[in-house]
Amino acid sequence: MAARKPVRWHILVFLAPAVAVYSALMIIPLFGTLLQSLMNEDTAGERVFVGLSNFATLFGDALWSDAFWNALGNNAWFFLIHMLVQNPIGIALAAILSTPRLRMAAFYRTAIFIPTILSFVIVGFVWKLILSPIWGIAPGMLDAVGLKALFAPWLGKEEYALTTLALISVWQFVGIPMMLIYAALLSIPDEVIEASEMDGITGWSQFWKIKLPLILPAIGIISILTFVGNFNAFDLIYVAQGALAGPDFSTDILGTFLYRTFFGFQLQLGDPYMGSAIAGAMFGIILIGVCVYLFGIQTRLRRYPF
Amino acid sequence: MSARLSPGRSIAAHAALITWTLIALFPVFVIVINSFKSRKAIFADPLALPWPENFDLIGYQTVMKQGDFFLYFQNSLIVTCASLFFVLLFGAMAAFALSEYRFRGNTLMGLYLALGIMIPIRLGTVAILEIMVASGLVNTLTALILVYTAQGLPLAVFILAEFMKTVSDDLKNAGRIDGLSEYRIFFSLVLPLVRPAMATVAVFTMIPIWNDLWFPLILAPSEEVKTVTLGAQVFIGQFVTNWNAVLSALSLAIVPVLILYLIFSRQLIRGITAGAVK
Repeated sequence: MAARKPVRWHILVFLAPAVAVYSALMIIPLFGTLLQSLMNEDTAGERVFVGLSNFATLFGDALWSDAFWNALGNNAWFFLIHMLVQNPIGIALAAILSTPRLRMAAFYRTAIFIPTILSFVIVGFVWKLILSPIWGIAPGMLDAVGLKALFAPWLGKEEYALTTLALISVWQFVGIPMMLIYAALLSIPDEVIEASEMDGITGWSQFWKIKLPLILPAIGIISILTFVGNFNAFDLIYVAQGALAGPDFSTDILGTFLYRTFFGFQLQLGDPYMGSAIAGAMFGIILIGVCVYLFGIQTRLRRYPF
Repeated sequence: MSARLSPGRSIAAHAALITWTLIALFPVFVIVINSFKSRKAIFADPLALPWPENFDLIGYQTVMKQGDFFLYFQNSLIVTCASLFFVLLFGAMAAFALSEYRFRGNTLMGLYLALGIMIPIRLGTVAILEIMVASGLVNTLTALILVYTAQGLPLAVFILAEFMKTVSDDLKNAGRIDGLSEYRIFFSLVLPLVRPAMATVAVFTMIPIWNDLWFPLILAPSEEVKTVTLGAQVFIGQFVTNWNAVLSALSLAIVPVLILYLIFSRQLIRGITAGAVK
């Protein structure tokens, strides 16, 4: 009779540290938070199971739901601007960068990625300075080209503040789609490009007809990364406008709403149960987005194995 | 033969790239030049270069006197380096197990570890804080290191596993015939071969850790464990009128991450190209 295969302990040793840290600090807290969103305190201060009533409060009770829907709407707008501005610019830059025999391509690539490595504290501060109506470099520069009338205190006006912040975030993160698309463009084999040139397809039409279909999977990846990143954003709003996301909550997104709810602000005390409920709602939104991508988009994209 | 770039299109390409490069670097340039100028010059002409007549190091002197800033730097370095070390070590070990051995539950384990790429760790903050309070780790650098290690692991395992699949089996089998243990094969044969991938993972792991504001704010806000990002944020609040000091502090905060980025940037594109994006 054949001996049983020996237990391969080394597999366990290789996997154990990563799985332990990851489970203890990521998976368990995530489920702990989701569980806590189903709890609340009763009048005696005891922790009791309340089912979905926290969510009912969050979505339906005007005291909470106004703020929640406001944050969700703002967050959707924030995401839309990234999709419409950041990703097209990133793709365009990558397409230009990947032109064969372009001089200094490495320099441009490195320089354009630099804002992405800066901390939000720096980004928030410097753009506040540039756009400030008092010190402001922006009003001076607009004045120099005779367009001073166009200037407004963009970060201070309710109708502009969120869009301005979204564009600042676009400025900071355009390097990521650029890098990923650039890598995807580089991995298109030369034979495909040469074949298209033999057929007389060059320049713009080559990009639209040959390269773009081939990089669609990479565009799908940057879209879902943008979605997850945006619905989880917090730092830029916090450093530029504070936890109150002014003016008058016009820049409030889910991340700042979660922070305010959980930790409290000004006179309101923090509420871990409602905080968990908001985190649970964010989890649901991100999960829906990821599922739409995985099952609705990714499976339909045609991949061309080279 | 691919056609040579026509001069007209070449100029257009450079014009577009130079324009965006200027937009990308302009704010950084504004911070750095003004940090070397006197207070009067900052306000009078923010775009002027620091010539001898308005050159002033007063901002940097203020920051240096504020001894805490060195402490913040030290904290950030400890947290970033320690987390990076654990992410690379644990990540590479798990990636090796997943890519090298066939065992029951391999695919499932891969999916389990990949979950964290899509679901941000911040959503568990409420429970993470409770765990840290219960274990007495609030306001320690250990808390941050643990959280960042968990945060960095999913992507590290994913990228490194892709790379390790490309390491030749012959080499590993030759090692086995020579009597090397599985541990020796991993540490002395495989690890040196995936160094470019390690560099890619290092950049992607390091930047968010160095710049993070959320977890330092929540898990380690006290004075002796502040990171430089949180320190700079508080500094801006305290010295809101002392622009020399704020601009100098921000310039200093850019330097370490910029140096690391420039060192790794060549590896970065190579790592992405060979990695999972295809």
